[in-house]
Amino acid sequence: MLEVQGITQRFGGVTALEDVSFRVAAGAITGIIGPNGAGKTTLFNIVTGIYTPTSGTVHLQGKNVSRFAPERLASLGMVRTFQNIELFGRMTVLENVMVGLHTKGKSGILASSLRLPWQVAEERRFRERAYHWLEFTGITDLADHEAGSLPFGKGRLLEIARAMALEPKVILMDEPAAGLNSRETLELARLIQKIRESGVTVALVEHDMELVMDICDAIVVLNLGRKLAQGTPREIQENPEVISAYLGEG
Amino acid sequence: MTKSRSFLKHEMVKFILFTILILFLPLAFKGGYLLNVFVFVGIHTLLAVALNLLLGYAGQISLGHAAFFGLGAYASGILTATHGQNPWLAMAVVAAAVGTLAFIIGFPILKLKGHYLAMATLGFGIIVYIAFNEAVELTGGPSGFSGIPNLSLGGVSFDTDFKNYYLIWGMTLVTILLSLNLVNSRIGRGLRAIHDSEVAARVMGVNVRFLKVQIFALSAVISSIAGSLYAHTMTFVSPTSFGFNFSVELVTMVIIGGLGSIYGSFLGAALLTLLPEILRAFQDYDIVVYGLLLIFMTMFMPGGLVRGIPALVGRIVMRSGAGSKADA
Repeated sequence: MLEVQGITQRFGGVTALEDVSFRVAAGAITGIIGPNGAGKTTLFNIVTGIYTPTSGTVHLQGKNVSRFAPERLASLGMVRTFQNIELFGRMTVLENVMVGLHTKGKSGILASSLRLPWQVAEERRFRERAYHWLEFTGITDLADHEAGSLPFGKGRLLEIARAMALEPKVILMDEPAAGLNSRETLELARLIQKIRESGVTVALVEHDMELVMDICDAIVVLNLGRKLAQGTPREIQENPEVISAYLGEG
Repeated sequence: MTKSRSFLKHEMVKFILFTILILFLPLAFKGGYLLNVFVFVGIHTLLAVALNLLLGYAGQISLGHAAFFGLGAYASGILTATHGQNPWLAMAVVAAAVGTLAFIIGFPILKLKGHYLAMATLGFGIIVYIAFNEAVELTGGPSGFSGIPNLSLGGVSFDTDFKNYYLIWGMTLVTILLSLNLVNSRIGRGLRAIHDSEVAARVMGVNVRFLKVQIFALSAVISSIAGSLYAHTMTFVSPTSFGFNFSVELVTMVIIGGLGSIYGSFLGAALLTLLPEILRAFQDYDIVVYGLLLIFMTMFMPGGLVRGIPALVGRIVMRSGAGSKADA
Protein backbone atom coordinates (compact mmCIF):
# COMPACT_ATOMS: atom_id res chain seq x y z
CA MET A 1 0.00 0.00 0.00
CA LEU A 2 2.58 2.48 1.19
CA GLU A 3 6.25 2.16 0.41
CA VAL A 4 8.88 4.42 1.93
CA GLN A 5 12.33 4.18 0.32
CA GLY A 6 15.62 5.63 1.46
CA ILE A 7 14.14 8.68 3.18
CA THR A 8 16.76 11.11 4.47
CA GLN A 9 15.87 14.39 6.08
CA ARG A 10 18.35 17.02 7.14
CA PHE A 11 17.47 20.25 8.90
CA GLY A 12 20.54 22.44 8.53
CA GLY A 13 23.34 20.32 9.96
CA VAL A 14 21.03 17.97 11.87
CA THR A 15 20.10 14.67 10.30
CA ALA A 16 16.62 13.78 11.54
CA LEU A 17 16.21 10.69 9.37
CA GLU A 18 18.83 8.67 7.54
CA ASP A 19 18.01 6.20 4.78
CA VAL A 20 14.75 4.91 6.26
CA SER A 21 12.85 2.33 4.22
CA PHE A 22 9.82 0.24 5.08
CA ARG A 23 6.48 -0.92 3.70
CA VAL A 24 3.00 -0.65 5.08
CA ALA A 25 1.03 -3.69 3.94
CA ALA A 26 -2.50 -3.17 2.63
CA GLY A 27 -5.23 -3.95 5.13
CA ALA A 28 -2.87 -4.14 8.09
CA ILE A 29 -2.17 -2.01 11.12
CA THR A 30 1.47 -0.96 11.13
CA GLY A 31 3.00 0.66 14.18
CA ILE A 32 6.00 2.97 14.07
CA ILE A 33 7.71 3.18 17.42
CA GLY A 34 10.93 4.51 18.85
CA PRO A 35 12.30 6.56 21.72
CA ASN A 36 11.80 10.33 21.79
CA GLY A 37 13.70 12.08 19.02
CA ALA A 38 13.80 8.97 16.85
CA GLY A 39 12.24 10.90 13.95
CA LYS A 40 8.76 9.38 13.96
CA THR A 41 6.78 12.59 13.57
CA THR A 42 9.26 13.89 10.98
CA LEU A 43 8.71 10.70 9.02
CA PHE A 44 4.94 11.21 9.18
CA ASN A 45 5.26 14.79 8.03
CA ILE A 46 7.29 13.63 5.04
CA VAL A 47 4.94 10.82 4.08
CA THR A 48 1.92 13.13 4.29
CA GLY A 49 3.52 15.86 2.20
CA ILE A 50 3.99 18.46 4.92
CA TYR A 51 7.80 18.29 4.72
CA THR A 52 9.83 17.71 1.59
CA PRO A 53 12.52 15.10 2.25
CA THR A 54 16.18 15.78 1.44
CA SER A 55 16.17 12.51 -0.49
CA GLY A 56 14.17 9.31 -0.85
CA THR A 57 10.77 8.41 -2.26
CA VAL A 58 7.26 7.56 -1.08
CA HIS A 59 4.98 5.34 -3.17
CA LEU A 60 1.24 5.06 -2.61
CA GLN A 61 -0.23 2.01 -4.34
CA GLY A 62 2.76 1.90 -6.65
CA LYS A 63 2.47 5.56 -7.58
CA ASN A 64 5.36 7.84 -6.77
CA VAL A 65 3.85 10.52 -4.54
CA SER A 66 7.08 12.02 -3.19
CA ARG A 67 6.78 15.81 -2.90
CA PHE A 68 3.01 15.73 -3.44
CA ALA A 69 1.19 18.40 -1.43
CA PRO A 70 -1.16 17.19 1.33
CA GLU A 71 -4.28 18.27 -0.58
CA ARG A 72 -3.21 16.16 -3.54
CA LEU A 73 -2.50 13.18 -1.32
CA ALA A 74 -5.96 13.61 0.18
CA SER A 75 -7.59 13.12 -3.19
CA LEU A 76 -5.42 10.03 -3.73
CA GLY A 77 -6.71 8.53 -0.50
CA MET A 78 -4.10 9.36 2.11
CA VAL A 79 -5.13 11.16 5.28
CA ARG A 80 -3.67 11.72 8.72
CA THR A 81 -4.46 12.82 12.26
CA PHE A 82 -2.25 15.00 14.43
CA GLN A 83 -0.45 14.50 17.72
CA ASN A 84 -1.89 17.73 19.17
CA ILE A 85 -5.30 17.42 17.53
CA GLU A 86 -5.86 19.98 14.80
CA LEU A 87 -9.58 20.63 14.77
CA PHE A 88 -11.47 23.53 13.25
CA GLY A 89 -12.26 24.91 16.69
CA ARG A 90 -14.89 27.50 15.82
CA MET A 91 -16.91 25.14 13.66
CA THR A 92 -19.40 22.56 14.90
CA VAL A 93 -18.50 18.90 15.19
CA LEU A 94 -20.74 18.16 12.20
CA GLU A 95 -19.12 20.89 10.11
CA ASN A 96 -15.67 19.52 10.94
CA VAL A 97 -16.63 16.17 9.48
CA MET A 98 -18.18 17.91 6.49
CA VAL A 99 -14.79 19.48 5.77
CA GLY A 100 -13.53 15.91 5.60
CA LEU A 101 -16.00 15.42 2.74
CA HIS A 102 -14.59 18.41 0.84
CA THR A 103 -13.00 16.29 -1.90
CA LYS A 104 -16.31 14.45 -2.43
CA GLY A 105 -18.07 17.58 -3.66
CA LYS A 106 -17.66 19.95 -6.55
CA SER A 107 -19.82 22.97 -5.70
CA GLY A 108 -17.89 26.22 -6.06
CA ILE A 109 -18.53 29.85 -5.14
CA LEU A 110 -21.25 30.40 -7.73
CA ALA A 111 -23.29 27.26 -7.05
CA SER A 112 -22.95 27.76 -3.30
CA SER A 113 -24.03 31.40 -3.16
CA LEU A 114 -26.97 30.77 -5.50
CA ARG A 115 -27.92 27.52 -3.75
CA LEU A 116 -28.44 25.77 -7.07
CA PRO A 117 -30.58 22.62 -6.77
CA TRP A 118 -27.67 20.23 -7.24
CA GLN A 119 -25.66 22.11 -4.62
CA VAL A 120 -28.55 21.74 -2.14
CA ALA A 121 -28.63 18.03 -2.92
CA GLU A 122 -24.88 17.80 -2.42
CA GLU A 123 -25.18 19.51 0.98
CA ARG A 124 -27.87 17.04 2.02
CA ARG A 125 -25.67 14.13 0.93
CA PHE A 126 -22.75 15.67 2.85
CA ARG A 127 -24.81 15.93 6.04
CA GLU A 128 -25.97 12.33 5.78
CA ARG A 129 -22.42 11.09 5.19
CA ALA A 130 -21.11 13.23 8.05
CA TYR A 131 -23.69 11.74 10.43
CA HIS A 132 -22.63 8.29 9.28
CA TRP A 133 -19.04 8.98 10.39
CA LEU A 134 -20.18 10.52 13.67
CA GLU A 135 -22.05 7.30 14.35
CA PHE A 136 -19.02 5.26 13.30
CA THR A 137 -16.93 6.99 15.97
CA GLY A 138 -19.77 7.23 18.48
CA ILE A 139 -20.02 11.01 18.85
CA THR A 140 -23.36 11.67 17.13
CA ASP A 141 -24.75 13.37 20.25
CA LEU A 142 -22.05 16.04 19.96
CA ALA A 143 -22.92 16.99 16.35
CA ASP A 144 -23.97 20.57 17.09
CA HIS A 145 -21.27 21.33 19.68
CA GLU A 146 -18.45 23.69 18.86
CA ALA A 147 -15.37 21.55 18.18
CA GLY A 148 -13.11 23.81 20.25
CA SER A 149 -15.14 23.09 23.38
CA LEU A 150 -14.78 19.29 23.22
CA PRO A 151 -12.82 17.41 25.86
CA PHE A 152 -9.53 16.08 24.48
CA GLY A 153 -10.66 12.47 24.10
CA LYS A 154 -13.76 13.43 22.11
CA GLY A 155 -11.67 15.78 20.01
CA ARG A 156 -9.48 12.86 19.05
CA LEU A 157 -12.53 10.83 18.00
CA LEU A 158 -13.74 13.79 15.94
CA GLU A 159 -10.38 14.01 14.22
CA ILE A 160 -10.68 10.34 13.29
CA ALA A 161 -14.29 10.82 12.09
CA ARG A 162 -13.18 13.77 9.97
CA ALA A 163 -10.31 11.76 8.48
CA MET A 164 -12.54 8.76 7.77
CA ALA A 165 -15.00 11.02 5.93
CA LEU A 166 -12.42 11.19 3.12
CA GLU A 167 -12.91 7.43 2.74
CA PRO A 168 -9.13 7.07 2.65
CA LYS A 169 -7.18 4.03 1.50
CA VAL A 170 -4.64 4.65 4.21
CA ILE A 171 -4.91 6.61 7.44
CA LEU A 172 -1.84 7.73 9.37
CA MET A 173 -2.30 8.50 13.04
CA ASP A 174 0.27 10.46 15.00
CA GLU A 175 0.17 9.26 18.62
CA PRO A 176 -3.58 8.64 18.72
CA ALA A 177 -3.48 7.52 22.37
CA ALA A 178 -1.51 10.52 23.66
CA GLY A 179 -3.49 12.31 26.37
CA LEU A 180 -6.14 9.62 26.62
CA ASN A 181 -7.00 7.76 29.83
CA SER A 182 -6.95 3.97 29.92
CA ARG A 183 -10.66 3.57 29.17
CA GLU A 184 -10.43 5.96 26.23
CA THR A 185 -7.34 4.12 24.98
CA LEU A 186 -9.24 0.86 25.05
CA GLU A 187 -12.08 2.41 23.03
CA LEU A 188 -9.53 3.82 20.63
CA ALA A 189 -8.00 0.37 20.12
CA ARG A 190 -11.43 -1.01 19.22
CA LEU A 191 -12.07 1.90 16.86
CA ILE A 192 -8.74 1.40 15.07
CA GLN A 193 -9.53 -2.29 14.63
CA LYS A 194 -12.95 -1.33 13.26
CA ILE A 195 -11.26 1.00 10.77
CA ARG A 196 -8.99 -1.82 9.64
CA GLU A 197 -11.97 -4.16 9.29
CA SER A 198 -13.66 -1.60 7.05
CA GLY A 199 -10.76 -2.14 4.63
CA VAL A 200 -8.64 0.90 5.44
CA THR A 201 -4.90 0.46 5.94
CA VAL A 202 -3.65 1.97 9.20
CA ALA A 203 -0.22 3.29 10.12
CA LEU A 204 0.37 4.82 13.51
CA VAL A 205 3.12 6.39 15.54
CA GLU A 206 2.62 5.54 19.17
CA HIS A 207 4.30 5.59 22.56
CA ASP A 208 1.76 3.39 24.31
CA MET A 209 3.52 0.00 23.95
CA GLU A 210 0.61 -1.98 25.26
CA LEU A 211 -1.65 -0.53 22.56
CA VAL A 212 0.94 -1.08 19.83
CA MET A 213 1.66 -4.69 20.80
CA ASP A 214 -2.05 -5.33 21.14
CA ILE A 215 -3.38 -4.09 17.80
CA CYS A 216 -0.49 -3.89 15.35
CA ASP A 217 0.21 -6.56 12.76
CA ALA A 218 3.65 -5.18 12.01
CA ILE A 219 6.01 -2.83 13.78
CA VAL A 220 8.81 -0.60 12.54
CA VAL A 221 11.30 0.59 15.15
CA LEU A 222 13.17 3.84 14.63
CA ASN A 223 16.09 5.00 16.74
CA LEU A 224 18.14 8.16 16.25
CA GLY A 225 16.76 8.64 12.75
CA ARG A 226 17.51 5.13 11.50
CA LYS A 227 15.41 2.04 11.14
CA LEU A 228 16.44 -0.34 13.88
CA ALA A 229 14.12 -3.26 13.25
CA GLN A 230 10.92 -4.38 11.57
CA GLY A 231 8.72 -7.35 12.35
CA THR A 232 5.71 -8.72 14.14
CA PRO A 233 5.03 -7.54 17.70
CA ARG A 234 6.53 -10.77 19.05
CA GLU A 235 9.71 -10.45 17.00
CA ILE A 236 10.12 -6.85 18.10
CA GLN A 237 9.65 -7.68 21.76
CA GLU A 238 12.38 -10.28 21.56
CA ASN A 239 14.80 -8.21 19.49
CA PRO A 240 17.89 -7.48 21.64
CA GLU A 241 18.76 -4.31 19.71
CA VAL A 242 15.30 -2.89 20.35
CA ILE A 243 15.50 -3.76 24.02
CA SER A 244 18.84 -2.04 24.41
CA ALA A 245 17.63 1.06 22.51
CA TYR A 246 14.70 1.36 24.87
CA LEU A 247 16.49 0.50 28.09
CA GLY A 248 19.75 2.23 27.25
CA GLU A 249 22.96 0.36 26.67
CA GLY A 250 23.99 -1.45 29.78
CA MET B 1 -30.44 16.55 10.21
CA THR B 2 -33.56 18.27 11.50
CA LYS B 3 -31.28 20.57 13.43
CA SER B 4 -29.43 21.83 10.37
CA ARG B 5 -32.65 22.26 8.42
CA SER B 6 -34.12 24.34 11.23
CA PHE B 7 -30.85 26.26 11.22
CA LEU B 8 -31.43 27.20 7.59
CA LYS B 9 -35.02 28.17 8.32
CA HIS B 10 -33.78 30.27 11.23
CA GLU B 11 -31.30 32.01 8.91
CA MET B 12 -34.07 32.72 6.41
CA VAL B 13 -36.33 34.26 9.07
CA LYS B 14 -33.47 36.45 10.26
CA PHE B 15 -32.81 37.63 6.74
CA ILE B 16 -36.47 38.44 6.06
CA LEU B 17 -36.73 40.42 9.30
CA PHE B 18 -33.55 42.30 8.41
CA THR B 19 -34.90 43.05 4.92
CA ILE B 20 -38.16 44.40 6.37
CA LEU B 21 -36.20 46.58 8.77
CA ILE B 22 -34.11 48.01 5.95
CA LEU B 23 -37.10 48.56 3.64
CA PHE B 24 -39.08 50.51 6.23
CA LEU B 25 -36.22 52.39 7.84
CA PRO B 26 -36.56 55.46 5.54
CA LEU B 27 -40.08 56.03 6.91
CA ALA B 28 -38.47 56.82 10.25
CA PHE B 29 -36.18 59.41 8.66
CA LYS B 30 -38.87 61.31 6.74
CA GLY B 31 -36.35 62.01 3.99
CA GLY B 32 -34.01 63.89 6.31
CA TYR B 33 -30.26 63.96 6.69
CA LEU B 34 -30.17 60.49 8.27
CA LEU B 35 -31.45 59.01 5.02
CA ASN B 36 -28.31 60.31 3.33
CA VAL B 37 -26.16 58.80 6.08
CA PHE B 38 -27.88 55.46 5.65
CA VAL B 39 -27.12 55.47 1.94
CA PHE B 40 -23.48 55.38 3.03
CA VAL B 41 -24.20 52.76 5.67
CA GLY B 42 -25.40 50.64 2.73
CA ILE B 43 -22.20 51.14 0.76
CA HIS B 44 -20.06 50.55 3.84
CA THR B 45 -22.02 47.38 4.67
CA LEU B 46 -21.34 46.09 1.18
CA LEU B 47 -17.62 46.75 1.68
CA ALA B 48 -17.55 45.31 5.19
CA VAL B 49 -19.29 42.11 4.03
CA ALA B 50 -16.75 41.82 1.22
CA LEU B 51 -13.82 42.23 3.59
CA ASN B 52 -15.38 39.96 6.21
CA LEU B 53 -15.45 37.06 3.72
CA LEU B 54 -11.69 37.40 3.47
CA LEU B 55 -10.77 38.53 6.99
CA GLY B 56 -13.50 37.09 9.20
CA TYR B 57 -14.03 33.77 7.43
CA ALA B 58 -10.78 32.88 5.65
CA GLY B 59 -8.68 34.74 8.25
CA GLN B 60 -6.62 36.64 5.69
CA ILE B 61 -5.94 40.33 6.37
CA SER B 62 -6.14 43.05 3.75
CA LEU B 63 -5.05 46.61 4.48
CA GLY B 64 -5.59 47.62 0.88
CA HIS B 65 -9.28 47.11 0.30
CA ALA B 66 -9.93 50.82 -0.22
CA ALA B 67 -7.94 50.39 -3.44
CA PHE B 68 -10.48 47.95 -4.93
CA PHE B 69 -13.25 50.30 -3.84
CA GLY B 70 -11.42 53.24 -5.47
CA LEU B 71 -10.63 51.34 -8.67
CA GLY B 72 -14.34 50.55 -9.04
CA ALA B 73 -15.29 54.16 -8.41
CA TYR B 74 -12.71 55.76 -10.72
CA ALA B 75 -13.04 53.23 -13.54
CA SER B 76 -16.84 53.56 -13.52
CA GLY B 77 -16.52 57.33 -13.43
CA ILE B 78 -14.02 57.48 -16.29
CA LEU B 79 -15.89 54.99 -18.48
CA THR B 80 -19.22 56.79 -18.10
CA ALA B 81 -18.25 60.48 -17.78
CA THR B 82 -15.27 60.57 -20.13
CA HIS B 83 -16.24 57.81 -22.56
CA GLY B 84 -20.02 57.92 -22.31
CA GLN B 85 -20.45 54.20 -21.68
CA ASN B 86 -23.59 52.66 -20.18
CA PRO B 87 -23.12 52.81 -16.36
CA TRP B 88 -24.48 49.32 -15.72
CA LEU B 89 -22.29 47.78 -18.38
CA ALA B 90 -19.34 49.78 -17.04
CA MET B 91 -20.03 48.54 -13.50
CA ALA B 92 -19.99 44.90 -14.66
CA VAL B 93 -16.91 45.26 -16.87
CA VAL B 94 -15.01 47.12 -14.15
CA ALA B 95 -15.97 44.55 -11.50
CA ALA B 96 -14.72 41.77 -13.77
CA ALA B 97 -11.48 43.64 -14.44
CA VAL B 98 -10.86 44.41 -10.76
CA GLY B 99 -11.62 40.78 -9.90
CA THR B 100 -9.11 39.62 -12.49
CA LEU B 101 -6.50 42.03 -11.13
CA ALA B 102 -7.11 40.74 -7.58
CA PHE B 103 -6.85 37.17 -8.85
CA ILE B 104 -3.48 37.89 -10.48
CA ILE B 105 -1.94 39.74 -7.54
CA GLY B 106 -3.59 37.31 -5.11
CA PHE B 107 -1.42 34.37 -6.18
CA PRO B 108 1.89 35.86 -5.06
CA ILE B 109 0.69 37.93 -2.06
CA LEU B 110 -1.61 35.38 -0.45
CA LYS B 111 1.37 33.08 -0.05
CA LEU B 112 2.31 35.51 2.71
CA LYS B 113 0.88 35.21 6.19
CA GLY B 114 -0.03 37.54 9.04
CA HIS B 115 2.00 40.74 9.22
CA TYR B 116 3.68 40.11 5.88
CA LEU B 117 0.33 39.81 4.14
CA ALA B 118 -0.76 43.02 5.88
CA MET B 119 2.36 44.76 4.56
CA ALA B 120 1.86 43.51 0.99
CA THR B 121 -1.79 44.55 0.81
CA LEU B 122 -0.88 47.87 2.43
CA GLY B 123 1.73 48.40 -0.28
CA PHE B 124 -0.81 47.62 -2.98
CA GLY B 125 -3.24 50.11 -1.47
CA ILE B 126 -0.62 52.83 -1.39
CA ILE B 127 0.44 52.23 -5.00
CA VAL B 128 -3.15 52.54 -6.21
CA TYR B 129 -3.66 55.66 -4.06
CA ILE B 130 -0.59 57.27 -5.60
CA ALA B 131 -1.86 56.38 -9.07
CA PHE B 132 -5.19 58.13 -8.36
CA ASN B 133 -3.26 61.25 -7.41
CA GLU B 134 -0.68 61.20 -10.16
CA ALA B 135 -2.65 60.09 -13.23
CA VAL B 136 -4.05 63.60 -13.47
CA GLU B 137 -5.21 63.35 -17.08
CA LEU B 138 -7.26 60.29 -16.29
CA THR B 139 -8.43 60.90 -12.74
CA GLY B 140 -8.19 64.64 -12.26
CA GLY B 141 -5.53 64.09 -9.62
CA PRO B 142 -5.85 65.42 -6.06
CA SER B 143 -8.66 67.82 -6.98
CA GLY B 144 -10.90 64.94 -7.92
CA PHE B 145 -13.07 63.76 -10.77
CA SER B 146 -16.54 65.19 -11.30
CA GLY B 147 -19.48 64.96 -13.67
CA ILE B 148 -20.22 61.27 -13.13
CA PRO B 149 -23.81 60.59 -14.19
CA ASN B 150 -26.40 59.05 -11.84
CA LEU B 151 -27.49 55.53 -12.55
CA SER B 152 -30.83 55.09 -14.23
CA LEU B 153 -33.09 52.15 -14.82
CA GLY B 154 -36.08 52.12 -17.18
CA GLY B 155 -36.22 55.91 -17.36
CA VAL B 156 -35.92 56.36 -13.57
CA SER B 157 -32.81 58.29 -12.63
CA PHE B 158 -31.33 57.55 -9.22
CA ASP B 159 -30.81 61.18 -8.35
CA THR B 160 -32.23 61.45 -4.82
CA ASP B 161 -31.18 59.94 -1.50
CA PHE B 162 -34.51 58.12 -1.36
CA LYS B 163 -33.98 56.35 -4.69
CA ASN B 164 -30.30 55.71 -4.02
CA TYR B 165 -31.16 54.22 -0.64
CA TYR B 166 -33.29 51.53 -2.28
CA LEU B 167 -30.87 50.98 -5.14
CA ILE B 168 -27.86 50.51 -2.88
CA TRP B 169 -29.65 48.56 -0.19
CA GLY B 170 -31.19 46.36 -2.87
CA MET B 171 -27.70 45.42 -4.02
CA THR B 172 -26.45 45.10 -0.45
CA LEU B 173 -29.31 42.82 0.60
CA VAL B 174 -28.73 40.55 -2.39
CA THR B 175 -25.02 40.42 -1.52
CA ILE B 176 -25.83 39.60 2.10
CA LEU B 177 -28.14 36.76 1.06
CA LEU B 178 -25.58 35.29 -1.34
CA SER B 179 -22.83 35.66 1.27
CA LEU B 180 -24.93 33.89 3.91
CA ASN B 181 -25.44 31.03 1.47
CA LEU B 182 -21.74 30.97 0.69
CA VAL B 183 -20.45 30.84 4.26
CA ASN B 184 -22.78 27.94 5.05
CA SER B 185 -21.58 25.81 2.14
CA ARG B 186 -18.70 23.56 1.15
CA ILE B 187 -16.73 26.68 0.18
CA GLY B 188 -17.61 28.51 3.40
CA ARG B 189 -16.53 25.54 5.50
CA GLY B 190 -13.30 25.43 3.51
CA LEU B 191 -12.68 29.10 4.28
CA ARG B 192 -13.36 28.71 7.98
CA ALA B 193 -11.19 25.59 8.04
CA ILE B 194 -8.28 27.62 6.61
CA HIS B 195 -8.83 30.16 9.36
CA ASP B 196 -8.72 27.60 12.18
CA SER B 197 -5.99 25.25 10.94
CA GLU B 198 -4.43 25.65 7.56
CA VAL B 199 -2.47 22.40 7.78
CA ALA B 200 -5.55 20.37 8.72
CA ALA B 201 -7.52 22.01 5.91
CA ARG B 202 -4.84 20.93 3.43
CA VAL B 203 -4.78 17.39 4.80
CA MET B 204 -8.58 17.28 4.29
CA GLY B 205 -7.99 18.08 0.62
CA VAL B 206 -8.96 21.77 0.68
CA ASN B 207 -6.99 23.56 -2.02
CA VAL B 208 -5.96 26.29 0.39
CA ARG B 209 -3.96 28.43 -1.98
CA PHE B 210 -6.57 28.54 -4.73
CA LEU B 211 -9.47 29.07 -2.33
CA LYS B 212 -7.71 32.03 -0.69
CA VAL B 213 -7.11 33.65 -4.10
CA GLN B 214 -10.69 32.99 -5.16
CA ILE B 215 -12.16 34.63 -2.07
CA PHE B 216 -9.73 37.53 -2.38
CA ALA B 217 -10.95 38.09 -5.95
CA LEU B 218 -14.61 37.78 -4.93
CA SER B 219 -14.04 40.27 -2.15
CA ALA B 220 -12.44 42.67 -4.65
CA VAL B 221 -15.37 42.27 -7.07
CA ILE B 222 -17.90 43.22 -4.38
CA SER B 223 -15.72 46.16 -3.31
CA SER B 224 -15.47 47.34 -6.90
CA ILE B 225 -19.26 47.24 -7.29
CA ALA B 226 -19.53 49.25 -4.07
CA GLY B 227 -17.10 51.74 -5.64
CA SER B 228 -19.16 52.05 -8.81
CA LEU B 229 -22.32 52.64 -6.75
CA TYR B 230 -20.48 55.23 -4.69
CA ALA B 231 -19.28 57.09 -7.80
CA HIS B 232 -22.74 57.24 -9.38
CA THR B 233 -24.34 58.32 -6.11
CA MET B 234 -21.80 61.05 -5.31
CA THR B 235 -21.19 62.03 -8.98
CA PHE B 236 -17.77 63.16 -7.70
CA VAL B 237 -14.78 61.19 -6.43
CA SER B 238 -11.39 62.23 -5.05
CA PRO B 239 -8.37 60.19 -3.90
CA THR B 240 -8.77 60.93 -0.17
CA SER B 241 -11.82 58.62 -0.01
CA PHE B 242 -9.68 55.66 -1.06
CA GLY B 243 -6.53 56.03 1.04
CA PHE B 244 -4.94 53.99 3.78
CA ASN B 245 -7.23 55.54 6.41
CA PHE B 246 -10.28 54.14 4.74
CA SER B 247 -8.72 50.66 4.43
CA VAL B 248 -8.12 50.72 8.18
CA GLU B 249 -11.65 51.97 8.79
CA LEU B 250 -12.99 48.99 6.84
CA VAL B 251 -10.94 46.57 8.92
CA THR B 252 -12.25 48.34 12.04
CA MET B 253 -15.85 47.95 10.85
CA VAL B 254 -15.38 44.23 10.37
CA ILE B 255 -13.69 43.72 13.74
CA ILE B 256 -16.01 46.00 15.76
CA GLY B 257 -19.04 44.43 14.09
CA GLY B 258 -17.85 40.87 14.57
CA LEU B 259 -15.38 38.76 12.63
CA GLY B 260 -17.08 35.95 10.78
CA SER B 261 -20.58 37.42 11.02
CA ILE B 262 -22.36 38.89 8.02
CA TYR B 263 -24.84 40.86 10.16
CA GLY B 264 -21.93 41.97 12.30
CA SER B 265 -20.58 43.69 9.20
CA PHE B 266 -23.79 45.71 9.02
CA LEU B 267 -23.52 46.67 12.71
CA GLY B 268 -19.88 47.68 12.34
CA ALA B 269 -20.57 49.67 9.17
CA ALA B 270 -23.59 51.38 10.74
CA LEU B 271 -21.72 52.27 13.92
CA LEU B 272 -18.63 53.65 12.22
CA THR B 273 -20.71 55.62 9.74
CA LEU B 274 -23.11 57.04 12.33
CA LEU B 275 -20.60 57.68 15.09
CA PRO B 276 -18.85 60.70 13.49
CA GLU B 277 -22.30 62.24 12.92
CA ILE B 278 -23.37 61.69 16.52
CA LEU B 279 -20.03 62.87 17.90
CA ARG B 280 -20.34 66.24 16.17
CA ALA B 281 -21.81 67.39 19.50
CA PHE B 282 -18.35 67.00 21.06
CA GLN B 283 -16.92 69.39 18.48
CA ASP B 284 -13.10 69.40 18.62
CA TYR B 285 -13.01 66.44 20.99
CA ASP B 286 -15.00 64.12 18.72
CA ILE B 287 -11.91 62.20 17.58
CA VAL B 288 -10.90 61.56 21.21
CA VAL B 289 -14.33 60.19 22.10
CA TYR B 290 -14.32 58.16 18.90
CA GLY B 291 -10.97 56.59 19.80
CA LEU B 292 -12.01 55.85 23.36
CA LEU B 293 -15.24 54.21 22.25
CA LEU B 294 -13.35 51.93 19.87
CA ILE B 295 -10.87 50.98 22.59
CA PHE B 296 -13.63 50.17 25.09
CA MET B 297 -15.56 48.19 22.54
CA THR B 298 -12.60 46.00 21.62
CA MET B 299 -11.85 45.53 25.32
CA PHE B 300 -15.35 44.63 26.46
CA MET B 301 -16.78 43.13 23.28
CA PRO B 302 -13.90 41.15 21.81
CA GLY B 303 -16.37 39.12 19.71
CA GLY B 304 -17.73 42.32 18.17
CA LEU B 305 -21.10 44.01 18.50
CA VAL B 306 -22.96 41.06 17.03
CA ARG B 307 -21.91 38.83 19.95
CA GLY B 308 -21.34 41.57 22.54
CA ILE B 309 -24.80 43.14 22.46
CA PRO B 310 -26.76 39.89 23.08
CA ALA B 311 -24.33 39.04 25.89
CA LEU B 312 -24.81 42.49 27.43
CA VAL B 313 -28.61 42.27 27.15
CA GLY B 314 -28.47 38.79 28.67
CA ARG B 315 -26.44 40.06 31.61
CA ILE B 316 -28.83 42.96 32.24
CA VAL B 317 -31.86 40.65 32.08
CA MET B 318 -30.17 38.19 34.45
CA ARG B 319 -29.29 40.93 36.90
CA SER B 320 -32.76 42.47 36.91
CA GLY B 321 -34.22 38.97 37.24
CA ALA B 322 -31.97 38.26 40.24
CA GLY B 323 -32.85 41.68 41.69
CA SER B 324 -36.60 41.14 41.54
CA LYS B 325 -36.17 37.71 43.13
CA ALA B 326 -34.26 39.30 46.01
CA ASP B 327 -37.06 41.85 46.44
CA ALA B 328 -39.69 39.14 46.77
